[in-house]
This record gives sequence, C-alpha cells and structure tokens, in this order.
Amino acid sequence: MTMTDLDLDAEALYAQLEQQVKTGLAGTSRLAIVGIYSGGAWLAERLARSLGVTDTGNIDVSFYRDDYAQKGLHPDVRPSQINFDVNGATILLVDDVLYTGRTTRAAINTLFDYGRPAKIMLAALIDRGGRQLPVAADYVAKQINVADHELLILQKTDDGRLSLTVDHA
Amino acid sequence: MHNPQLNKHGELQHLLTIEGLPRAVVTRILDTASSFVGVGDRDVKKVPLMRGKSVFNLFFENSTRTRTTFEIASKRLSADVINLNISASSASKGESLLDTIDNLAAMHADMFVVRHAQSGAPYLIAKHLIDTHQPHVHVVNAGDGRHAHPTQGLLDMYTIRHYKKDFSNLTVAVVGDILHSRVARSDIHGLTTLGVPEVRAIGPRTLLPTGLEQMGVRVFTDMNEGLKGVDVIIMLRLQNERMSGALLPSAQEYFKSYGLTPERLALAKPDAIVMHPGPMNRGVEIDSAVADGAQAVILPQVTFGIAVRMAVMSMLAGS
Repeated sequence: MTMTDLDLDAEALYAQLEQQVKTGLAGTSRLAIVGIYSGGAWLAERLARSLGVTDTGNIDVSFYRDDYAQKGLHPDVRPSQINFDVNGATILLVDDVLYTGRTTRAAINTLFDYGRPAKIMLAALIDRGGRQLPVAADYVAKQINVADHELLILQKTDDGRLSLTVDHA
Repeated sequence: MHNPQLNKHGELQHLLTIEGLPRAVVTRILDTASSFVGVGDRDVKKVPLMRGKSVFNLFFENSTRTRTTFEIASKRLSADVINLNISASSASKGESLLDTIDNLAAMHADMFVVRHAQSGAPYLIAKHLIDTHQPHVHVVNAGDGRHAHPTQGLLDMYTIRHYKKDFSNLTVAVVGDILHSRVARSDIHGLTTLGVPEVRAIGPRTLLPTGLEQMGVRVFTDMNEGLKGVDVIIMLRLQNERMSGALLPSAQEYFKSYGLTPERLALAKPDAIVMHPGPMNRGVEIDSAVADGAQAVILPQVTFGIAVRMAVMSMLAGS
C-alpha cells in the first residue's frame, strides 16, 4: 500500500459533507438516508444520527451489479435493510467514493424494487471523476483526480474514526 | 481426485452433494442465502442476476414441492424456467439421458436442476458436461435416489443456524427412515462439515444403514434415549411404500415407537427446534400437536429453502 501525495483527512472531509447535507436538506419532509455497503453505510449512519433522521437503511448492490456475468456474485454479500416505506420518500443515497457511476445505477435500481421514491439524491465523500454513466452527486466533500489503477479505500477503526488510503490495484 | 463440483478456482461449478464440499463453500452459500431472504419481503420480489439465463427443471421423478421451490427461486433471480415432465416426454420414447441433455444444451440451457430416482444421475450429467467442454452449463442435484438432496441439506443447515446461531455446541438428532433417506445423508454431511459435535441417528434397526458410526454418528434404536438433551430434531418422512416391504409392521406401531409426541419432545432441551423436510405424515412420524406447536420450524424451512436455492443458483451461474 502506498500513500500518494494526496492529503486525505477523511474526518475533515466528513465534517464538510455533513455541513453541506445539513444546510441543503434542512426541513425536508420524509427524508430517509440510505448507505451503500460498506463505506457508504458508515457515513450514512453518522449522517442520520447527526441530522436526527430515523428512516434509514443500508443496501448491498451485489444483486444489481452489471459485472455479474464477468465476475460472478460478490463473495461477501450482506443483506440489504430498508426500515421505512420507500414509496413517496426523499432518499439521500450515500457512497464513499463516486467513480464510474455504475454502483450508483445499481443502488437506484435496488431502491426502486422496494417502492417508488419521491426523489433520490446522492452524497459522496469523494468524487474521483472517471464517470461512465450520466450520474452526478448532489453533495460531495472533495473532487480529486486519481489514476485508473489506484483504489481509494475508506476504512473505519475500532473507535469509529474514518481514514482514506490509496491502494494500487 | 479433482472434485467435479468445483472449478479450478475452487468456485462451485455444480452442486451434486454436500459430501466433500469445503466448509468455507458451505458457509458462503448460507451467508449468501441470508441476503436473499429479505428479497421475498419487498414490493418487487425479484433481482436481475440471472436475467437472460435459461434454467431447465428436469424432474425424472415427481416432486411438486421441490420443483416449485426451484421454479420460484429461478423466477426471483429473473431466469427463464422451463419445466420438463420427463416421464411424459422423450425418455418414454427411448431417448437416453445424455442425448436429452445434449439436445437441451443445444437450446442454450444455462442450468439443469435434476431430480432422478437413480443415485448418481446428476453426476453423470455433470461429468458429461465437463467431458464435452461445456463449463458454462451448470447442474444442481434436486435429489438423486437414496444418495443426496444437497439443497434440502443446505436449507436445513440454514434453518439450524438461524435459530441456534452457532453449530459448535449442538446435539442434533435425525429420526426415522435413515436407510432410504437422501435428506438424512445430506443433513449428516452438512452437520459434520459445519462442525456439529454430536449427530445422532434414531430409528428402528431395519431402517438404519450400516456405516453410520464411521460417519461419526451416534446410533439409537430407543427414541426416548436418543432425544435426551438434543437441541435440534430433524424428523424424516416415513414413506408409505416401506410398510409393504416388511420393514415395518404398521403405521400405528411405528408411531408408538418413533412418532414425535409432545411427551417425547419434552425429553429434548426446552428450546429444541423440530424440523421436517415435508410432506409430513401426521400421526405416523409426527403428532399434530408437535407439527403445529411452538417449537416447530417446518414452515420457515420452506421459506428459507427458496433463499438457499437462489444462493446456490446465483453462485453457480456466476462461476
């Protein structure tokens, strides 16, 4: 594992994201927050707590991925959990890193199989560019350029602190 | 010898039997199934994983329940399902099993779900697909003769894990016609693979196969002795045709010695669960008071069975 010269303080980025979301979504009725496993789920949990949102969920997009035919089923699928009625809800989808947009596409399809939301928005800690689908985030803490062969990985320590590392694929 | 169920990456290629499957593979199937359980509760009870894949249900032996659960599992994975009633089709015109398979493969089958009265028939098909270099076509054994019924064994393991959380301290009793039961064999292999320390087989001497002790199983012919302190009771269906074969005196006699009554259930641990693969013969192997009682988990087994079959099929189709 190699750190690039990027200075990525995940906690500081989270604080920025939280501020943006708080400002942008103040007073939204029937707001729900849904994280995409695994990094997005950690962020979503903290955002929901901080905003006092009780309609929450986490989704694993493995059953909706478009690379199943090439890669097969992901070995660590987790159960998706949605604890609210998706019909008519305004859902903030949370992911750690926005890249090709394929995960977002799969997550939106997953949500629609639970019902018809009024609106879906997207928050991401980092937008690393490289989109392959027409997808954009509504809230993002930082935009950076990362080489294609590098992976940005959000990790959580035992005491709950977040950190970002760059790994070479 | 190379396990024909696994490809060269160690992934599941065919599911023929639990025997010899690495524990990690069995655990992964159960873990994956847990993610499919919730799909049945949603507005849309389908996921698109197997969209465009064709699953052929080849039931050379009748089984409405198993065929239906495989059909539901396939449809919830968005596969196209084709049910072939073999006894009414080409097999009765004399076509060989492998000719049937070749013809269906030529129709671009992606998966065969096979139920056959002959032990080993699914092996024969899987070996043929390997020999003819058709690695994209997968076989699931849906019960072959007395040999194996791996998806039933896996759904039983899923049910036990759901209620008991952990296999490492359990005593599990399998009760009834173990000699003729592919379910019993698959359960015993599943339980030992997952590290259950004590597996018991309970039944009349005439319905117990030899060699159980070599599989690590404790054998009881006295049901009251065998049920003492168990955590899980797996009842087996007593097939009516066994009565005529002079293996048993009568259904009433059998119930007197081996029927699961509330009094006998009280010998097990207070939180013991009662399982049955169905269809049940009430008053033969199980009393209605037990079958409908608080400790029975027979209907949850059916629900979990769909998720387990979805897990197996999606892992095979993606390998």
